[in-house]
Amino acid sequence: MSSPPGEPRRIGYLYILPAFLVYGAFLLYPLIRAVHLSLFQWDGITLGKFVGLSNYLDVVRDAGLRAAFGHALVLIVFYSVLPVVIGLALATVLHRARVRGLGFFRTIVFLPQVVAMVVVAVAWRNIYSPDGPLNDVLGGSRGWLGDYTFALPAVGVIGTWIETGLVTVLLLAGMARIPSERYEAARLDGAGPVAEFFAVVLPAVRGEIAVAVTLTVIAALRTFDLVYVTTSGGPGTSTSVPSYEVYHRAFELGQVGSAAAVGVCLTALIFLITLGVNRIAERA
Amino acid sequence: MKKTIIAAVALALTATACTPGSGSPSGGATAPTTVKTDAAALGQVELTVWDQEVRGGQAAQMAEQIKGFEAKYPNIKIKRVSRSFDDLKTTLRLALSGNDAPDVVQANNGRSDMGEFVKAGQLLPLDKWAEAYKWGDRYPASVLQYSRYSADGKTFGEGNLYGLPQVGEVVGLYYNKTKVPTPPASWAEFEAALAKAKAAGDVPLQFGNLDKWPAIHVFGTVQDQFVPADQITKLAFGRPGASWKTPENQQAAETLVSWVDKGYFNNGFNGQGYDPAWQDFGKGKGTFLIAGTWLQADLQKALGDKVGFMLPPGGKPVTGGTGLPFAITNKAKNPDAAAAYINYITSPDAMKVLTSTGNLPIADTATQQAPAGLAGDIFKSFGTAVSTGALAPYLDYATPTMYDTLGASLQDLLAKRATPAQFLDKLEADYSKFAGK
Repeated sequence: MSSPPGEPRRIGYLYILPAFLVYGAFLLYPLIRAVHLSLFQWDGITLGKFVGLSNYLDVVRDAGLRAAFGHALVLIVFYSVLPVVIGLALATVLHRARVRGLGFFRTIVFLPQVVAMVVVAVAWRNIYSPDGPLNDVLGGSRGWLGDYTFALPAVGVIGTWIETGLVTVLLLAGMARIPSERYEAARLDGAGPVAEFFAVVLPAVRGEIAVAVTLTVIAALRTFDLVYVTTSGGPGTSTSVPSYEVYHRAFELGQVGSAAAVGVCLTALIFLITLGVNRIAERA
Repeated sequence: MKKTIIAAVALALTATACTPGSGSPSGGATAPTTVKTDAAALGQVELTVWDQEVRGGQAAQMAEQIKGFEAKYPNIKIKRVSRSFDDLKTTLRLALSGNDAPDVVQANNGRSDMGEFVKAGQLLPLDKWAEAYKWGDRYPASVLQYSRYSADGKTFGEGNLYGLPQVGEVVGLYYNKTKVPTPPASWAEFEAALAKAKAAGDVPLQFGNLDKWPAIHVFGTVQDQFVPADQITKLAFGRPGASWKTPENQQAAETLVSWVDKGYFNNGFNGQGYDPAWQDFGKGKGTFLIAGTWLQADLQKALGDKVGFMLPPGGKPVTGGTGLPFAITNKAKNPDAAAAYINYITSPDAMKVLTSTGNLPIADTATQQAPAGLAGDIFKSFGTAVSTGALAPYLDYATPTMYDTLGASLQDLLAKRATPAQFLDKLEADYSKFAGK
């Protein structure tokens, strides 16, 4: 009973130990193991061959893989930029109008987040099919997912549809916290709805936007199920994405080392982008 | 504390620093020198069998075969683990390298499955048992080639026998009998029928290629008409000595493109799923459908006696293959008992069970009490294909990457993103990179 509470300080590490063990076993160990595997040429069965960084060189050299990363960047526009823009508009309208049954609308908008991705993908596959509802509305019989120009945007639009709900709900929560005095002050200064949006709403939900961008960018970069079910990377290779390549190399081609290298690169890219987003959000 | 963390990380690193795969054997498994075929004298044995026969008729036949086998050899007990095709494909790799591996497994024929397992020495060559049980008389060579690999797993279609399949499949023409009362007797008549259907305002060929692979079967069917059978076999098994850059292959690719030009396929076929396409055919839309025998049950249900099946006319080779072959693992505790099981489920009696449960048995197909209607057509077609040795392997068997190369290139070709020459260049590059090694 001689030492003050919490002493010795090192006992604190004991408290985080259980969580750290779980974290270590299921996150750190696989990550280290993936980095380790990426240095080998290994088919998943026979003895691997140490090849140093050549798997990483191949990631840079392989034109198909570069294209896949390019597609992922295009998807960011659809998964992240569009949902934030649409979400801001939608949330502002829902917040200002104080519509009856707001909870109902919020549920509807959020619903795509709750539905399993494979279900979403199968549904949209039908919507886009040559004799599907989209063509019924537009007339004609274009196979959207089989079209070299439209396949990637078509997959992207599904992403927009999914992520908009998440972004909207996040922003609504942020806007609900804005004290009404600020609106009053803005109105007294003669601000219209647009000026009010830029002067009051936008700065107040900056944190929520940062969270939304981080979540949606991660979703864009690791898209797998959507592409796998809708196009399998086609037509040709026009919708291939890095995470699809990871699966493809590891499980179909038996190039486990190369797959791990792509995975590690993707992890690094996601880490860098989210780091950048958060830096910008904090500084602004 | 910092030191402890560094030590922990270092420990984790050293723990993982073993070369991946170092726990598994390398090199081909050695064939047994003597084999026993008297299964009743093997003593008490428990066989663990992994198969993917989970669907209706498949599950029924497997259950019946096992019951029959256990009744015949009470000393052998079968412990059956069945998983869907996809589950089996993804778990088999790990299972085979583990210490508690199953005795008998159903392994996909292709290079990325059976080929890899052979390379890793995880499957036993069955040739000694094939000799003892006379499997060579039971199955024609064109069927057995699908389970043959060289001991190093590099050559496909030749060498040791590593598995025995139960069922067969072949890609042919489904036709709507109300629109095609007399099936075409030659390739020229078939193309004339396509033109006639187009003129009548129908979709001559239902086709859904969103999933990439369906075009492989359509192209294979066209290619079979132009390219000599031995060339196709070499190309499809990825063996050296053939080339994609031949006038015959060019002609095949040009024919396919001309079908697009003439509007023989439905609009937007590259964006249409495989299932919706055959479902449309099942609803009476479209005159022909190039597809495999696996659609038999569904199309029979949809169209009843209005649907027929035939091999592409002209007596040329036909794209086809076998169901997943059953193989014996190198960890099998009693390989003789495992071989006895495989022998039993591929025997003439087993073929009868397969027929009665609605499957397409791979041997003696023509002599089975063929069912009426569509199933009858299919039995007759497959019997002809096997007995004349006309079975041509799936083109995507060729190399580990060919499935993708071919699927993507065919989408390019059909969408006119690539000329036939560019299309063949891509295939040749994939093929020669692999076969040239």
